Amino acid sequence: MTTPTVTARGAAPTAGVPAAARPRYRRRLAQWGFVAPAVLFMLLFFGYPLVRNVVMSFQHYTPKTFFTGEAPLNGFDNWSAVFRDALFGKALWHTLVFTAGSLLGQFCAGLALAVFFTRRFPLNGVLRSLILLPWLVPMVVSGIVWRRILDQDTGVLNSFLDAIGLDGHTPWLTSPHMALLSVILVNIWIGIPFNMVILYGGLQEVPRELYEAAALDGASAWRTFRSITLPTLRPVITVVLVLGFMSTVKILDLILALTDGGPADATQTLGTLTYQNSFVRLDFGAGAVVGNVLILISAVFAVFYLRANRTEGK
Amino acid sequence: MSKRFNRRSRKAVIPLAVVGALLAGAALTGCGRQRDGSVYTVLNSSTDETYHRWDAEAMARCGERLGVTVEQQSVPAAQVMTKALRMASSKSLPDIVQFDASEMPVFAEAGGLTDLRTLGLDTDGVPRGIVNFGSYRGTYYGAARTVNTLALFYNKDLLGQAGLEVPTTWAELRETARKLTRGKRYGLALSAGGAEDGVFQFTPFMWSNGGDETRLDGPRVVEALDYWKSLLKDGSLSKSTVGWTQADVNDQFMAGNAAMMINGPWQVETLNTEKSLHWGIARIPVPKPGAESVAPLGGAVLTVPDTGDERRERMAGKIVGCLTSEREQLTYARNSWMVPANGKAAAVWRGQVPQLDALADQVATARSRTARLGAGWPAVSLALQSAFQAALTGQSSQAALQRAQQRATSGN
Repeated sequence: MTTPTVTARGAAPTAGVPAAARPRYRRRLAQWGFVAPAVLFMLLFFGYPLVRNVVMSFQHYTPKTFFTGEAPLNGFDNWSAVFRDALFGKALWHTLVFTAGSLLGQFCAGLALAVFFTRRFPLNGVLRSLILLPWLVPMVVSGIVWRRILDQDTGVLNSFLDAIGLDGHTPWLTSPHMALLSVILVNIWIGIPFNMVILYGGLQEVPRELYEAAALDGASAWRTFRSITLPTLRPVITVVLVLGFMSTVKILDLILALTDGGPADATQTLGTLTYQNSFVRLDFGAGAVVGNVLILISAVFAVFYLRANRTEGK
Repeated sequence: MSKRFNRRSRKAVIPLAVVGALLAGAALTGCGRQRDGSVYTVLNSSTDETYHRWDAEAMARCGERLGVTVEQQSVPAAQVMTKALRMASSKSLPDIVQFDASEMPVFAEAGGLTDLRTLGLDTDGVPRGIVNFGSYRGTYYGAARTVNTLALFYNKDLLGQAGLEVPTTWAELRETARKLTRGKRYGLALSAGGAEDGVFQFTPFMWSNGGDETRLDGPRVVEALDYWKSLLKDGSLSKSTVGWTQADVNDQFMAGNAAMMINGPWQVETLNTEKSLHWGIARIPVPKPGAESVAPLGGAVLTVPDTGDERRERMAGKIVGCLTSEREQLTYARNSWMVPANGKAAAVWRGQVPQLDALADQVATARSRTARLGAGWPAVSLALQSAFQAALTGQSSQAALQRAQQRATSGN
């Protein structure tokens, strides 16, 4: 972009005003031409659905609407119906627990593994790529496989627990008290590779000299980790947590494959509730309300993310 | 300089052109495909290789007879409704949609279907129950090729070894299941999963006991749920029951982890792959001797969406007529092990598949899930799923069903 600026400036005095105005006008056009696709794309694929979803949450939107195109506005009817539903409160709470639990587990395990793999040892690369496997498996496939593993009677996990002398009758997915925990554990398993890869990348950036200096000063391993590794990793940690949050809070496929929101709504989250309202009950207005709540929560964290990045940039 | 600049602006044009093309493409597909005059499409859920092939063969035969080409577009069962709705809003509905009968009322209620009788399809020879099955508010929208229902499947060898008779009442079922429960093997397997599968399996217990989906907290429904709870308490049912789909139940039965199961004829094809398994079927046991065993009527119906093109709709009606003709019904029924909808075809079928006699009896008294509630069924179904899962995992049936009733009515 710098070259045309220079040539245009140079050309302006000799060629006269009209000639100078034209290239500048064209340049503007060209600049907008580059931006336009992105803007159009955003408006079309993000702006439009977002606005539609907000509008839809104030409409009586039913299967009939697909034929007539008529969706009468009904004010806050959908909102109050959703908020009065006891299931919404439950789902909100489950979403909170699920997200916090998953993030904490994924992050801690991911960080531990990332630190572990910074050491040089044989088969390091092979092991590292093996740990990536959960990331490569489609979510639904993981869900179905885990459903079998966690089956109370015939699952591998309970058989294994039995074999090593522990109680092998844990109702992983069939007890309303256990199901949410089991789903969180599976999601942690799925999320570890992502956390590990990003944090491992971040760890490579930490200057070796800092560790050497710490070693010379006789700092303990824990002290080195706390005073050097963590602070230098901070921008990466923000990225990992915020991206992790946004992909976890809206989780749907994993829960549908594992428990279908059950038993007795014990694993119902905002994601599954949106799905259930819109595509099972076909009450698209109510589905949009829950969807909007999800978008709102994500937006708050997106702002955090942007702010964190801006301060890092300065 | 100007030449260089031109090249630059041309470069800028490329992304613009690409976006423009994308937009135009999106706009065009939004307007709906141009229909080919002699190609008719059927939207169905035949995603299994076998079903897809059987349907393709039937459609080829009918297409040939009527001088048109019939193509099928198969999506997973759970997506037929949403896909059809999307196609309705973009005015690109297929000529025929095969809905699960419990979903058809929603689409009919929205005004999306054509009365099959006006397209020249008659219902002579179709039993009344099955005409009602394909009707919504008295209008006949959906023609069924075959219907299915639930029955009690039992392992002949296990019952024989234990010297037990096939149970016919709840008390006998409970006793038999208890006696057949040994080690890792459960006496009975059924699906109480959090989806339509579980609700489908609960209905025969609810209905045979005189309960009704219009009052979920009625004493008859509570009693039926308590009966399920008693089976679980005896240890005759696995605790995993609340997570099982009907396919899971079949796997358990085939693996020998269950001596009996509640399931439907669509499992027969899989069951027959296990040669060492000797199974029989019976009607679902009733609360008291002499009571009527009422099971749910399941299956899909072929409908003709209201596309406004009368000429095509009439031909679509003819295609539905051919696909539901006695001959095609029999072929389809023999392939899929389901019961032909037409009375005469069903009689022929009985002669050909005597081992499924109990199923044909059960179909004769079976009831449609949406007969009472129509388009209101999905909300009640969701509430009921949550209720029996809550009850089977510890809550009292009364409390769980009371909450379900509240939830079912507050949604409307």
